[in-house]
Amino acid sequence: MLSYTLKRLLQAIPTMLIVITISFFLMRIAPGGPFDGERALPPEIEANLMAAYHLDEPLPMQYLRYMGNLLQGDFGPSFKYKDFSVTELIMQGFPVSLEIGGLAILLALLLGLPLGVIAALKRNSTIDYLVMGTALAGIAIPNFVIAPILALVFGVLLAWLPAGGWNGGALPNLVLPVAALSIQQVAYIARMMRASMIEVLGSHYIRTARAKGLAESQVIWRHALRPALLPVTSYLGPAVAGIITGSVVIEQIFGIPGIGRYFVQGALNRDYTLVMGTVVFYGALIVLMNLLVDLIYSALDPQIRHDD
Amino acid sequence: MTTDPLSYDGDRHATADDLGPDAAPAAGESLTRDAWRRLKQNRAAMVSLVMLIVITLTCLFGPYVLPWGLSEVDWNAFTASPSLEGGHFLGTDANGRDLLTRTLYGGRVSLSVALVASLVSLVIGVLYGAISGYLGGRVDNVMMRFVDIMYSLPFMFLVILLMVVFGRNILLIYAAIGAVEWLDMARIVRGQTLALKQREFIEAAHALGVRDSRIVTRHLIPNAIGPVIVYVTLTVPKVILLESFLSFLGLGVQEPLTSWGVLISEGTDMMQSAPWMLLVPSVFLAATLFCLNFLGDGLRDALDPKTR
Repeated sequence: MLSYTLKRLLQAIPTMLIVITISFFLMRIAPGGPFDGERALPPEIEANLMAAYHLDEPLPMQYLRYMGNLLQGDFGPSFKYKDFSVTELIMQGFPVSLEIGGLAILLALLLGLPLGVIAALKRNSTIDYLVMGTALAGIAIPNFVIAPILALVFGVLLAWLPAGGWNGGALPNLVLPVAALSIQQVAYIARMMRASMIEVLGSHYIRTARAKGLAESQVIWRHALRPALLPVTSYLGPAVAGIITGSVVIEQIFGIPGIGRYFVQGALNRDYTLVMGTVVFYGALIVLMNLLVDLIYSALDPQIRHDD
Repeated sequence: MTTDPLSYDGDRHATADDLGPDAAPAAGESLTRDAWRRLKQNRAAMVSLVMLIVITLTCLFGPYVLPWGLSEVDWNAFTASPSLEGGHFLGTDANGRDLLTRTLYGGRVSLSVALVASLVSLVIGVLYGAISGYLGGRVDNVMMRFVDIMYSLPFMFLVILLMVVFGRNILLIYAAIGAVEWLDMARIVRGQTLALKQREFIEAAHALGVRDSRIVTRHLIPNAIGPVIVYVTLTVPKVILLESFLSFLGLGVQEPLTSWGVLISEGTDMMQSAPWMLLVPSVFLAATLFCLNFLGDGLRDALDPKTR
């Protein structure tokens, strides 16, 4: 298991290298620089600034320096938020994004799994059609449509919940963004869980378990559930990536001060270092989550062994 | 160019009636006709198909029928609610522009992005997958490892980075989205190719001395087309979603052009005073995505030999 983990971590290195390299060189060919302001700076001052940020060095040198800094967790200075480094901005936003993202994943699992199981057990019943119909709607309607509609209905028309804002992460402010972020994943997970549960319930060892007279609840809880969970586990990687991507719009719509918002603001303000830092950070996060999911998967599936 | 018998043979394989590895035995039904018959029995898929055609035709010809232009301002109707008397059937936006007209123009952009980007991903994916599968061995290994690495990249963010650096340009959107979505297609086509290349007609072509490039383009690709069609219908909604996502964030198409994502984003800002600005483009987008999903599912059932 340990050697497998190490192997996977080593495989993640080229992926990260590609992400970093692409973003670095894209940034360098981008028009405009960090010190383009309303007025042009005197050449001496600009030269000093360039030297201070090592922008006067040859490109390969800068690239190596950036890599070195990254290894120490330093994403460089932000071009627009002049008093902050990109690392500071990311660290400010990350706890917020983690909170809504984590809650959304949790909610997706807590709702999606039981719904899928119920739909599978009551196959072709009204409940099944209801769950699967709703799930299809959840998949077809993008979250940037669902989110404003939720805000409109519950925030403005009914005025039960705040339509936006963060308020230090108070519970009423969390409900709508977390709901909007998780709906799509609830739908996917319910669909997958239903399909895999139906497949497992049709297999021979379930028939055997029933034949030897086990109670239906035992058959489901002890025999069917665990193998049926496997495909869903492998979907968790894409699910996390989906939630991270989704959080970019959700944070924008609800005005939540997470990384996603910095990312979009940075993109619109052409704050290159901030955008690049976020891409690298998100990239590392997604690669790491995929690794984690694979490890969980192999822990759940007795057929997979990584002893070698 | 001299015509050898083989090129004729190649053409025969490329005809529309010859879509699968099991296609057209003399007495039986061709795969296309069989699939079409099965698709016609699927009511949800047929309704979706009709709806899609209606939406497409409306977007194409509707603007010619409506009295308003894309950017034409009605000075008597700022933020007018939907009404039949005023001539603005679905209301106007904050600048007094007819919302139905803008939604239809936006639909043209969204649908054209879907079409072109899907086509780009189709061409790259099919060629890449067919070459990789056909050559096999070490080349296949390297090519597929490359796909694996691409899979683990946080593409959404790299696309956004591209838009930030190169500016918002509709051609770039076509290319960037197409370049993101070809990976699954490459895998599917490679799998098909691996199975097909064992078959006699490929061997026969070899024996007759047909060039590799010709075998790939004339014999392998046309015969792998069934799963490819299914996958394209599933790619189109993803592409529409991606474009809307980018446009929603303000990184997609630019004024004077508009798209459903742009309109939804404008509607989100105005949803308290003018909810129709959010609802109208959302309904168009959601309906299109719904129908594409249904149609894709139906096509998969119709073309999948396993469900026969």
